[in-house]
Amino acid sequence: MSLIDSVSLPRNFRLPRVDGLVQWIVPLAIIAIWQVASVTGFVPVRVLPAPSDVALAGWKLLLSGELIRNIWVSFWRASIGFLIGGSIGFAFGLANGLSQLSAKLTDTTLQMVRNVPHLALIPLVILWFGIDESAKLFLVALGVFFPIYLNTLHGIRTVDPHLIEMGRIYGMSDGELFRRVIFPGALPSIFVGIRFALGIMWLTLIVAETIAASSGLGYMAMQAREFMLIDVVVLSILIYALLGKLADSASRVLERLTLSWHPAFQKR
Amino acid sequence: MQTALRTSLPETELASRANFAPATRVSRPLHVSGLPLSIRGLRKSFGDNEVLRGIDLHIPAGQFVAIVGKSGCGKSTLLRLIAGLEKIDAGSISFGDAAVQPEDIRVMFQEPRLLPWARVLSNVEVGLGRDRSSSDAHARAEKALTEVGLTDKRDQWPSVLSGGQKQRVALARALVSRPRVLAFDEPLGALDALTRISMQRLLERVWRDQGFTAILVTHDVAEAVALADRVLVIDEGRIAHDVMVNTARPRERGSVELAGLEGSILSHLLSADDRT
Ligand SMILES: Nc1ncnc2c1ncn2[C@@H]1O[C@H](COP(=O)(O)OP(=O)(O)O)[C@@H](O)[C@H]1O
Ligand SMILES: [Mg+2]
Repeated sequence: MSLIDSVSLPRNFRLPRVDGLVQWIVPLAIIAIWQVASVTGFVPVRVLPAPSDVALAGWKLLLSGELIRNIWVSFWRASIGFLIGGSIGFAFGLANGLSQLSAKLTDTTLQMVRNVPHLALIPLVILWFGIDESAKLFLVALGVFFPIYLNTLHGIRTVDPHLIEMGRIYGMSDGELFRRVIFPGALPSIFVGIRFALGIMWLTLIVAETIAASSGLGYMAMQAREFMLIDVVVLSILIYALLGKLADSASRVLERLTLSWHPAFQKR
Repeated sequence: MQTALRTSLPETELASRANFAPATRVSRPLHVSGLPLSIRGLRKSFGDNEVLRGIDLHIPAGQFVAIVGKSGCGKSTLLRLIAGLEKIDAGSISFGDAAVQPEDIRVMFQEPRLLPWARVLSNVEVGLGRDRSSSDAHARAEKALTEVGLTDKRDQWPSVLSGGQKQRVALARALVSRPRVLAFDEPLGALDALTRISMQRLLERVWRDQGFTAILVTHDVAEAVALADRVLVIDEGRIAHDVMVNTARPRERGSVELAGLEGSILSHLLSADDRT
């Protein structure tokens, strides 16, 4: 309690207005320095193109529709893979958190599979699926599965047993107990899993698209490398960063909305 | 010590004292809604650990009973058996002839056990049991909150409340279904001295207003003699002493009479302790 209090204490000292802008100062400064370094020739254009060149390359790709198409393909793969892997992970987490039998049956197996780095499966996955969509979806889903599974399971297992007993004393049915006590109690941990999973989702997708794809941002970057279009390569990397940031922000907003009861999210 | 505390009590205390106007100076509840409780030959073991070795006890409806005993003597176990949270090994517990509903018996623990993700009012509504979704749930929960003096906190998250306030919400949740037996397991154990005293007053007041049968487990003998009609000392799995407290209410804390009783109960406890 006092720990949480002291951690969130700095919120009191924050200036409310500047809050949204402050975080952009450093990225903007980096871009400005980068531009100056490129224009003055301090950094050779072969190594790193100027931000303005990257922006120009982006504009051209945007006009040709290629950029949007590739972003859309990558976004689609990421979300579908996330949904599939996330829901399976969530389902297993629920089942193993709520049922001893289910946990005994599957947990050990899952823990063993977890120790295989999922990217090590790429050669096998290519043999199975070729460079088909399903290959990427499979890898993303597999990568996302474990953080969601583990954190859902952990969340459910660490719900205060006193609260569960309280729910029983006050006559809650199993469904009510889940809805009012267990699920809300596990939610903070589930969100930790989601944030982890989002990171893994992009990482998996980049690697998979770079190695085995005929569309998407990773493919666009690899194509550009073949034609020595370094500005497009840099552009792809930046877009990945941006999408990653967007996904993280979205999950934070969701977290803030659903966990408004949590002392860490309370407005002061 | 006690008198020093009393003179520096906050306003809540003074307000509740004002409620004890001469007309309400009765030592019994105004009306008895409680159930009588009969326990016969009650035994309970955990593995080889024989915790309760034959408890025989009759509590008349509406009585306020305190249970004291050294740590680990089985006070909580007895309370949990009464509340139906543990299985009885042998013996019986019965509540008069009436058919008992789950809502008739409520327990309050040392931890408030509030749902951190539910506002104060919804936490109180949880206490309605099967009536949770009835149309008057809100109104009943608000009434219970008023009884514990926390109406203004109805829309707060539990995390912003003080320890004493959380315990008052837990009390409102226990009271909202109008229980006929209320069991307390060291409910004030985690509170500071001042909050404790004002909570003791609150417990006494709601007991007097509602007339339930109260069973209070406490490690504080002064609290036991200040609140209870009767103090039970548990030792070696049995009721070793059964002491009536006949002092009129409202009781003068630290009075010679209560201090004498406290002393004799403490010496029972200490002599039990010496044997081990
Ligand atoms: N669920 C349980 N499983 C095993 N032993 C228990 C359990 N509950 C209580 N006990 C044991 O029973 C004894 C009495 O415990 P308890 O009733 O909590 O004591 P008290 O409340 O008087 O301090 C202790 O020795 C405790 O370890
Ligand atoms: Mg205890």
